[in-house]
Amino acid sequence: MQDNLFFTELVGLKVYDLKGRKLGRVRDAAIVPLVDPYRVDRFLLAGGWAWLTVRHDQVRTINLDGIWLRDEQLTPYHSDDYMLRLERDLLDQQIIDVHGRKVVRVTDVTFVKTLVDGHDVLRVQEVDIGLRSMFRRLMQGVAPRRIVRRLMMPIPVNSISWEYCNIVESDPQRRLRLNISSEKLEAMHPADLADIVEELGPSDRQAIIGSLDSEVAAEALSEVDPDIQASILESLSEMKAAEIIEEMDPDEAADVLAEMEEARSGAILEEMSDEPAHDVEELLEHDEDTAGGMMTTDYVAAPHGAAIAEALELIRNNVEALEATNTVFLVGSDDQLTGAVPIARLFSQDPATPLASLQAETLIWVLSSETKERTAEIYDKYNLVALPVVDGSKRLLGVITSDDVIAELRSV
Amino acid sequence: MFKRLRYHIAVFFSVIGPGFITAVVDNDAGGIFTYSQAGAKYGYLPLWTLLPITLLLIVTQEMCSRMGAVTGKGLSDLIREEFGLRTTFFVMLALLGANLTNVMANFAGVASSLELFGISRYITVPIGALIVWLLVVKGSYASVERIFLFATALYVCYIVSGVLVKPDWKEAAIYSVRPVLLFEPDYIKLLIGMVGTSVAPWMQFYLQAAIVEKGVSAKEYAESRIEVIVGCVVMTVIAFFIIVACAGAIWSVHPRDIKDSTDAALALKPFGNYAYLLFCAGLFNASLFAACILPLSTAYTVCEGLGFESGVNKRWNEAPVFYWLFTLLIAIGGGVILIPGFPLVRMILLSQVINGVLLPFVLIYMTLIVNRKYLMHGWTNSRLYNAVAWSAVAIMIGLTVALAGISLRDISG
Repeated sequence: MQDNLFFTELVGLKVYDLKGRKLGRVRDAAIVPLVDPYRVDRFLLAGGWAWLTVRHDQVRTINLDGIWLRDEQLTPYHSDDYMLRLERDLLDQQIIDVHGRKVVRVTDVTFVKTLVDGHDVLRVQEVDIGLRSMFRRLMQGVAPRRIVRRLMMPIPVNSISWEYCNIVESDPQRRLRLNISSEKLEAMHPADLADIVEELGPSDRQAIIGSLDSEVAAEALSEVDPDIQASILESLSEMKAAEIIEEMDPDEAADVLAEMEEARSGAILEEMSDEPAHDVEELLEHDEDTAGGMMTTDYVAAPHGAAIAEALELIRNNVEALEATNTVFLVGSDDQLTGAVPIARLFSQDPATPLASLQAETLIWVLSSETKERTAEIYDKYNLVALPVVDGSKRLLGVITSDDVIAELRSV
Repeated sequence: MFKRLRYHIAVFFSVIGPGFITAVVDNDAGGIFTYSQAGAKYGYLPLWTLLPITLLLIVTQEMCSRMGAVTGKGLSDLIREEFGLRTTFFVMLALLGANLTNVMANFAGVASSLELFGISRYITVPIGALIVWLLVVKGSYASVERIFLFATALYVCYIVSGVLVKPDWKEAAIYSVRPVLLFEPDYIKLLIGMVGTSVAPWMQFYLQAAIVEKGVSAKEYAESRIEVIVGCVVMTVIAFFIIVACAGAIWSVHPRDIKDSTDAALALKPFGNYAYLLFCAGLFNASLFAACILPLSTAYTVCEGLGFESGVNKRWNEAPVFYWLFTLLIAIGGGVILIPGFPLVRMILLSQVINGVLLPFVLIYMTLIVNRKYLMHGWTNSRLYNAVAWSAVAIMIGLTVALAGISLRDISG
């Protein structure tokens, strides 16, 4: 059996010096993640008038009866930003369980005891969140440690391996000092990340989104409730917000910016590079409750006279636009919508075939001023994947895709 | 200028809900009984207490809603983070006890209000419990809140029935602002009861959780604060009309003690069937409404504080503890009403004792947390506000503990 110790058991343990004299009791323990993210680096003990620090290599043995030291050169405790103090910073706080994809609250910490160079070292193994750890907390200091151990056996365990735990810390400087990286979060699915972000308080939300890579942040943010999106972006620096918004789909970017106060969204648009800013500004012109407000400007349009080869080239240059649609639009000289070609048809013919000969039999479109409800109806009626949006003189302005329609239907 | 005003009005409507619902549900079966009793026995005299009650309510509720908006966390979450698991556990345990007895009182209200229409409690209570259960288990937060807001509108019943009784408005107006203190044990006990029941621990937890769930941000807080204040005022207006109705119908004829709220309703009969029916309907609505909110709020709070998954938007297997707690609170709260000879009055008194023990802790923790800079940033209490807040907390604690003492004596006596 592995030799485990729980944080609840560690707290209150008596600490003895070389001659077996009691120096004090353990009050807290700290990890220094920059040095070793698992090892308990310091034990903080209260003895007499001040808190003392015991380094991990000053310990000889640790067991349920106490801690025996092999070196008595203890230093007074002073607060240190590089320390993650378990009692103060971890216990009862929220952390992200990257594996289980949710936010959980820490009840206790399980250590595993190993022998290094002939002395005991504690390494963090798991964070406990279940009923058993709750029982330990409630009984802490009430009943002897060995009795608590025996009594808790029938209660099921619920723990998360320490490697899957991501600490939530809103101060960016302290994030660096505690070596909190966003790698684990960035590896999650954006939708799961979005759920987690929604569950946290405002300052933690901002810290997490702000620390993520802009592309991941944009993907996750797109899945978050629009109100929250706006409040998160407003709290970030204009530059960071602009970076994230550039990575979002233009229609979603426009929706978020429309939620913000004008001065703020203007400043963010200013920070953005010209092309995406221009797309978004165009979208912002449309009323939110119309087809124009639903559409995105990310689409592929080919000149009416073009051949398949040309269309394939256009697609290669704009793969992202096709993630949500399956259509290449044909436009005349003045951007007028003349036809739509389902992409699948591009592969069935010789590359020199003119696109116009492959176009869908009926061309369906909506005016940008059409209401949302009616737009959704048309979309549904014709079983479309991409619905083109045009202005009064039939110039192609944008495309409505399934995610826009689903979002609309869900919000009713 | 006009555009800004319109923006603020739009924000106001987007934050409406939590403050309103919390304050209005405060007038549950127990509250209605207390106010009816006040009007029936002392007429217009106790009306002056409503003004201080409103102020106390606003001060305590405002701090919670501010904490919710700024931290994005529930009160039980914050108590857990700031004061640890053991404290949270005992607070939750007490809250569970107090709220369970409160649920019982409200199912009793459902039963007795409909018995006036001749419908047996063996039909109304199970059906009422089932409706409440289905509403929350099958609904989403948005739909549940919409139904709750509709239920708050039904409190207008009391205003209409109060008007129909044709009370003496001049007297009512005068005594609303003229404090009268009679040195009579029953009168003092009544005043303590009126103030003591006005702020209950569950309200603090519910309000803050609802603000968080609603996603009110610090930026929208100005509007949210107005919503909370309006809610508290509406609650007082309803209380005013209940007192006035009973003063006009019972006290002006012959001052007496009433047995329960239905007793008050029956006394309204000579003033027309409408006044009587509306009073009953109001009681039914308030009881059912509270019987719905209390279990919901309790399940939320307890799960949040102890770290279980919670929320009406989650499914049963995602948040089992939440749904089981909710279900059991309704099943037990409604079930005991059907047991003949169940000591309901004692349970209600017990609930007041637990409330009295719990409230000081909740209010003190709350005021301590709201002053922590690392949580509230620029939103801590100002020094003046702190003086007001701490005095309000002290008054509330004093009166609630006094009420608990009285209840304890009544239980043993």
